[in-house]
Amino acid sequence: MTTEAASARLPAAGVPRLARGVRLRHDEARGQWVLLAPERVLQPDPVAVEILKRVDGERSIDAIIDDLILAFSVERGRVAADVDAFLAGLVEKGMVEVAS
Amino acid sequence: MNVVPRSEPIAAPVAVPLPVPYGMLAELTHRCPLMCPYCSNPVELDRRNAELDTESWLRVFGEAARLGVLQVHLSGGEPTARRDLEEMIRHCVKVGLYTNLITAGVGVTPERLQAISEAGVDHIQLSFQGATAEVTDHVSNFRGAHERKLAVAREVRRLGIPLTINSVVHRANIHQIPDFLELALSLGAKRIEIAHAQYYGWALRNRGALMPTREQVFEALDVVEEARERLKGVLTIDAVVPDYYAKYPKACMNGWGRQSLNVTPSGKVLPCHAAETIPNLDFWNVREHSLAEIWQASPAFNAFRGTDWMPELCRSCERKEKDWGGCRCQAMAIAGDAAATDPACHKSPLHGHLLALAEADAAAGVTDYDYRRFTTPDRAQ
Repeated sequence: MTTEAASARLPAAGVPRLARGVRLRHDEARGQWVLLAPERVLQPDPVAVEILKRVDGERSIDAIIDDLILAFSVERGRVAADVDAFLAGLVEKGMVEVAS
Repeated sequence: MNVVPRSEPIAAPVAVPLPVPYGMLAELTHRCPLMCPYCSNPVELDRRNAELDTESWLRVFGEAARLGVLQVHLSGGEPTARRDLEEMIRHCVKVGLYTNLITAGVGVTPERLQAISEAGVDHIQLSFQGATAEVTDHVSNFRGAHERKLAVAREVRRLGIPLTINSVVHRANIHQIPDFLELALSLGAKRIEIAHAQYYGWALRNRGALMPTREQVFEALDVVEEARERLKGVLTIDAVVPDYYAKYPKACMNGWGRQSLNVTPSGKVLPCHAAETIPNLDFWNVREHSLAEIWQASPAFNAFRGTDWMPELCRSCERKEKDWGGCRCQAMAIAGDAAATDPACHKSPLHGHLLALAEADAAAGVTDYDYRRFTTPDRAQ
């Protein structure tokens, strides 16, 4: 099965990982998740956090989507589009790399 | 090195009574092989025998992480002059701090870089004083500096560490901005800082030899804007704006005591690296207080925190929580009063005076630098 919609920018079988110099961590002092990069502190929204937690350099984009569907009982098409758009944005910023 | 106040917020403000700092600049030492005339270190440099020991720094990093600091910038002087740098990096990683090493890259061997990489550094920021050997070597007063920096940049990339090129621009290199961008691209950097010199300490002393003309500054801003668009997704360009020719002041440090703090080699904690140019501020030291106590209660941090300290001109301004009254050190340097409106603001009665100073310096054509140095020979070096 493929989740690769016609508009998808990343290969569904590709395995994303955070680039070196990019770290996701929970910020206890402010009670939120943060994505840390060179001279940048990003505050991902709750959906983005759930995606990022699954970007571990082992799971494929497809597997991440499957996992999100299971965890949140959401519709596949919508999740696939969200994940693709979000990760493609980070790839463009050099914060995520996708191995195929 | 030159560490400069950010012109853009790195994150949204936090809705708590007292802000929690995001970043800490750790000036590990003032020792440095380079002699840049715009150095952000104070004119009175700390000696080696005044530096905090390893144990104290490790404690400070732990306190910073607990206070809520997310990113630590290991700087100097030249931070690799500290032989315990790797131990500090390992500790920062352990307590969860994102570690950014800010180096001049002179005297850093491939073996040292390997050790720094293995310690877990997240990012390296490497300064270039010019885009060519002639300019770098002249500005830093160190022959061969440029070649050594190139070698370090290549080694950093070979190790897979993200690289930022940091260039401070002024009259002698402002025409090289396109070359700086090319240099960054050719070295595989993903980010470059084009930081106009900020006139405090050494740079204020050398303002006559550093200040560009208004035309040069505006042309430089255009070059950066054009490049930013063209290189989107390839090279991130962060600019630190020149303010002598500006209409509005910079939001210095995004507000005093609001997002960041700075620890000097001898352990003093400052709201910004130039804060010691303001007389009669009481800075507390990590030798006597915890970082949290200093952040919350030290007189220096509370002196200009928020908006209550502001003169009427700033307090009634719609931009008061946008530029936070500009820069206190510049108000001190130009107006002689740290609580005055920053003269870079067009509403300041001294705005015309600031502009006249810049134009006079740019026109005078002074070329000799008063290079950064310890005022008497440092026997400890």
